[in-house]
Amino acid sequence: MATTQERAGQTTEAPVFEDRKHRSLWSDVWRQFRRHKGAMVGVVMLTIITLACFVGPYFYPWQPEAQDLSITNLSPSWEHPAGTDSLGRDVLARVLVGGRISLAVGLAAMTIGTVIGAALGILAGYFKLLDGPLMRLTDLFLALPILPLLLVIIMLFRDRLRGLFGPEMGIFILVVSIIGVTSWMQTARIVRGDVLSIKKKEFVLAAHSIGTKERRMLMRHIFPNTLSPVMVSAALGVAVAIITESALSFLGLGFPSDFPTWGRLLFESKDFLQFAPARVIWPGVLISLTVLSVNFIGDGLRDALDPKLRSR
Amino acid sequence: MGRYIIRRTLVAIPTLIAISFVIFLILDLAPGDPTAQLPLTIPPDVRERLRESLGFNDPMLIRWLKWLQQMMINEPLNMVEQIFGITIGESGSRTRILSWASRAPVVDTIIERLPQTMWVLGLAFIFGIIIAIPVGVISAYKQYSAFDNVGTFVSMVGYSVPTFFTGLLAIVIFSVLLGWFPSFYSTTHVVDWTSWGSIWIQIKQMIMPVAVLSLFNAAALSRFTRSAVLDNLNEEYVRTARSKGLGENRVIFRHVMRNSMIPVVTLIALQIPGIFAGAIITEEIFRVNGLGQYLIRSIQGADVPAVQTLTFIFAALTVFFNLVADITYGILDPRIRYD
Repeated sequence: MATTQERAGQTTEAPVFEDRKHRSLWSDVWRQFRRHKGAMVGVVMLTIITLACFVGPYFYPWQPEAQDLSITNLSPSWEHPAGTDSLGRDVLARVLVGGRISLAVGLAAMTIGTVIGAALGILAGYFKLLDGPLMRLTDLFLALPILPLLLVIIMLFRDRLRGLFGPEMGIFILVVSIIGVTSWMQTARIVRGDVLSIKKKEFVLAAHSIGTKERRMLMRHIFPNTLSPVMVSAALGVAVAIITESALSFLGLGFPSDFPTWGRLLFESKDFLQFAPARVIWPGVLISLTVLSVNFIGDGLRDALDPKLRSR
Repeated sequence: MGRYIIRRTLVAIPTLIAISFVIFLILDLAPGDPTAQLPLTIPPDVRERLRESLGFNDPMLIRWLKWLQQMMINEPLNMVEQIFGITIGESGSRTRILSWASRAPVVDTIIERLPQTMWVLGLAFIFGIIIAIPVGVISAYKQYSAFDNVGTFVSMVGYSVPTFFTGLLAIVIFSVLLGWFPSFYSTTHVVDWTSWGSIWIQIKQMIMPVAVLSLFNAAALSRFTRSAVLDNLNEEYVRTARSKGLGENRVIFRHVMRNSMIPVVTLIALQIPGIFAGAIITEEIFRVNGLGQYLIRSIQGADVPAVQTLTFIFAALTVFFNLVADITYGILDPRIRYD
């Protein structure tokens, strides 16, 4: 991509177009991204949800842990917009605070998965010797039944990590790291494919001929050119991580009950479906809206980063 | 091609053995004890002998090899015996994988529960394909039309909303508010295929789990079908076909469809293991007594042999369908030549 970018730069700086403003790659990407309606709606929605979760609770009158056994299982009202749960806690307050954890898990797990995936992909694509073993490893991970394994691992290590890092941090570290460690394979495959083709480009040959060292070659020339597939798969990775965390919590094997996440809140409310059906709506809608926004942003990024689609 | 198939199949075997070892290694760290559920009145030395008899004190490698023998040799032999009603060797002395929770052979429980899972999954899988492919093809053919816009948006939503929420929503709407379907699967209902009433009860309790799962499958598949057909519609051969005067139907069904189904068929095969993961959640919501629910119960009860066997079965299915995807891809697209 650097070559196309440089070429594009040359043409725009040609004397004929002198009055035109200089256009960088990222401003082009941003211009294309803004045209994708779904992606823009996704950005707005995700911003609102994030703000509501991280700032909202400071302005909201109810505390998520405050129990009041005289007002259990209330239906939604002006005082409690989402009703109360079986211990008289305000559901909306819990949903907002729970969102912090769900979003944090999504981001952290995506970061781990993307870093591992990009690193292994670049190594496998660039060094011929590592290609075979690393791709076998990727195939092996792809063949693992992820959800059953995640459930098993959480069951086994929950207590141990809780003892080490405390009940909240322990389970957070466990959930984030196992989701991250089991979600890097697609990124690695895409990045490897890209590196294989970038390696053959002239600018790499040029860099080699002026004596660029391997490490600098990877960081300065190869890695920046794989950024667009990495960004797209990172965006989609957030969605996958949020869904996986919610699924684990929904099966009762994620976060403990005093530590609400959206999945955990769904798990708790599913036993009250008969007389408090409204309670599943809030956490479910927020999971769905977040994942939907993230997926739309991913779609928009993919279109914006594709040089074939990006109009000059 | 034949050589390729044989080689891929042979590679799958060490992969499976490696996976079973990894699963065993992870489970070996479990603090589980097969005698933990027994009454406290049993004296320690009896407890120790029980552990001994279950082979719990052997080193991990030995236990893994024993499990491997039971899973790969003993159980298939038992099945062959049951199906053909014959006896091979000393079938009475062959050891089986025993559950710590029920003391019954794990494989028997799995066979008991398999039909429920297969029915729900199979129907969801078929309905998913039946919905997704026409929607994807029409969306692509009429790109940017109202149908395409609505279809693309709905499939994006269907793909983003997790099954554990759609499932609960379906229960709230169709069981609690409307009262059309039962909110959970009755495990005691035995279908009497001669009475319509009985069949109707079965259909009614299967509609929601099947619908939730098939809509989720359809969403991902129709997005993929749409983009595969779109890729092909812009190809030169489509223009050639039209310019030589072929009817539109023929262009679409004989030329475009055949080419765009290649990646779609591969994706369908690759999706199957994911559907099994979806089954774990769907079975938990609707309380279907299938394999997914068995896995959850065994995990909660620390029933290590059952967890080991079930996880391995899920892994074997994943490996098998990856293999099927690779082979169908090779058969459907002769341009793919594997070295």
